Amino acid sequence: MEKAIKKYWPIFLLPTLAAFLIGFIIPFLQGVYLAFCQFTTVRDAAFMGLSNFSRALSDTTFTHAFWYNCAFVAVSTLAINLGGLAVALILTRAIKGTNIFRTVFFMPNLIGGIVLGYIWQILLNCVLSLLERPLLALDPTAGFWGLVILMCWQQIGYMMIIYIAGLQSIPDTLIEAAEIDGATPWQTFIKVKLPMLMPSITICLFLTITNSFKLFDQNMALTGGQPAHQSELLAYNIYYTFYGRSGPQWRGIGQAKAVIFCIIVVAISLIQLKVTREKEVQQ
Amino acid sequence: MSKERHFSNRLWSIVMTVISVLYMYPIFMVLINSLKVESAISTSTAFELPTAETFAGLENYENAIGTQGFLMSLFYTTFITVTSVLAILIFCSMFAWYITRVHTKVTKALYMLCAFSMVVPFQMVMFTLSSMADTLKLNTPWVLWVIYLGFGAGLAVFMFCGFMRSVPIDMEEASMIDGCNPLQTYFHIVLPLLRPTMVSVAILEAMWIWNDYLLPTLILDINKYRTISMLIQFFRGSYGRVEMGPMMACIMLAILPIIIIYLIGQKYIIKGVVAGAVKG
Repeated sequence: MEKAIKKYWPIFLLPTLAAFLIGFIIPFLQGVYLAFCQFTTVRDAAFMGLSNFSRALSDTTFTHAFWYNCAFVAVSTLAINLGGLAVALILTRAIKGTNIFRTVFFMPNLIGGIVLGYIWQILLNCVLSLLERPLLALDPTAGFWGLVILMCWQQIGYMMIIYIAGLQSIPDTLIEAAEIDGATPWQTFIKVKLPMLMPSITICLFLTITNSFKLFDQNMALTGGQPAHQSELLAYNIYYTFYGRSGPQWRGIGQAKAVIFCIIVVAISLIQLKVTREKEVQQ
Repeated sequence: MSKERHFSNRLWSIVMTVISVLYMYPIFMVLINSLKVESAISTSTAFELPTAETFAGLENYENAIGTQGFLMSLFYTTFITVTSVLAILIFCSMFAWYITRVHTKVTKALYMLCAFSMVVPFQMVMFTLSSMADTLKLNTPWVLWVIYLGFGAGLAVFMFCGFMRSVPIDMEEASMIDGCNPLQTYFHIVLPLLRPTMVSVAILEAMWIWNDYLLPTLILDINKYRTISMLIQFFRGSYGRVEMGPMMACIMLAILPIIIIYLIGQKYIIKGVVAGAVKG
C-alpha cells in the first residue's frame, strides 16, 4: 500500500508543502540569515556578523521587556490555571445552571485580542479615574495587572473546559474507593484527582505559558507599551523595533531580537513539556 | 445526597450566578456606551447608563456601518476565514494522511517541522513573510489563504496525524485491494472518518484567523482592505482624535456575529477545543 500512495505525492504533499515553504520554511530561514545582517528590505542585506545580537542585548527596552514578560508569564499562568481549575471543580459538582455558567465563562475566548484590549482599556481606565489614580498609559504597574486581569478573563474559560474534561474522565470508582477508605474531600483532591489530572495540567500549562510569552494584540491594544516602553512584552518590543523606529540598523536588531525570542519560546516549551510529562501517571 | 451537601451546592449556584453576571459586564459596558452621544463618552463616565439627553439611539451604529465601512470589513474577514479554513482542511488532511502512511525519513522530517512551526512566534517571520507575500503578489484578501495555509499548517497537520495514528489501516488496505487508487481511498474511506477531527481543526483555525491582527496588517494594504481587527485598530491609530461612539459600535458589531455563532454551535466548539487540546 505504501508504494501505491508514494506515487501520488504530488497530489497529497505538494499543495501544503508549497504553502508551507512560502508561509513558513523560507521566511524562517531568511529570518535567521537576516539576523546577522543590516537591511531595510530583504534584498539589500549586508552581512554584519554578530553585532545585531550584541546591540539587541544591550538595548535596555529589550532586557526590560524580557523581565517584564517573565513576570507576566509567571503571574498569569498561575492565576489562569488556578482560576480555571477552581471553576472546573465547582462546575463538576451537581449544581444548577452548569451549562449556562460554562457558556458564559468560555465566551470571552472567541473575542479577538485587539477588541479585548480596547474593552478592558475603557473599563480599567474608568475604574482608575474613579479611584483618582493615574491611567493605564501612565503607570506600568497598572498596565501589568490590567493585562493579567484581561488574560484571566479571556483564558480561564478555555482552561476550565480542558479541566472539566479531565475531571470527568476520572473513573468514579477511584473516588468512591478513596471515600470508603476515609479520605477527606481535600485528601481526595490532592491524592486522587490531582495526579489523575496531570495530562490536563500539562496541556493547560503549555498553552498558557506559550500564549503569555507570545502575547501581542492584547498588549498593543491595552497599553501600547506606554509609558516609555515600560509595559512592553517581547513580541511588541520586537514589532516596535521593526516598524516604530527609524534608522537602517533597527531592522537587523529587531530580527536578532526575534531569533533570541524564538529560541527562548522553543526552549521553554520543550523543558516544560518534559518536566510535566514525567509527572503524569499511567491509568 | 446529604442535606448539607445539597445546601452547599445551592450556595455555589448563587455564587456562580453572581460571578457570571460580573463576567458579562465588560460587554454590557461597551453596549451602553455604544448607545451614547459622542460628547457623553468619557473616561470616568463609562459605567453610567445613557440618560435621555445622552442617548444616541442607533446613530453610532449607522456611522460605523455607513462611513467607516464595517460591512466591507465583515466581508473581507469572512472571506479570508472561510477560504483559509477550507484550504487547511482539504490540503492539510491529505498531507497528514500521506505522512502517516508513508514511512520515510522525509515524511518524519516534515512531521517534526510541522510540530516545530507551531511553537515559533510570528515575530520571527513577520518581516520576511510579508516581503515574500509582496513578491509573490499574495497581498490581497483573495489569495491570503495561501499564507494562512502555510503558517497554519502545523497545528492542522499535527492534529490530523494524531487522529490517523489511531485509525486501523485495514479498511484502507481493503479498499486498495478492491482496486481503489489512493485518491479514491482517501476520499471514500479516510475523509468520512476524519469528520469529527475536521470540525475541531476548523473551529480552532477559524478562531485564530477571524481574530488575527498582525498578519493581515503587515500583508494587506490598509488603505484598500481592512479586516475587522484592522478596522478597530485603525480607529485608534489614525488622525489624532478618536471617535469613541462609532468605535464602541464597531466593537459591538465585531462581537455580535461571534456570539451568535457561538450560541448556535456551542456544543461543537467546546468539543472541538477539548479534542484539540487533548491531541495537541
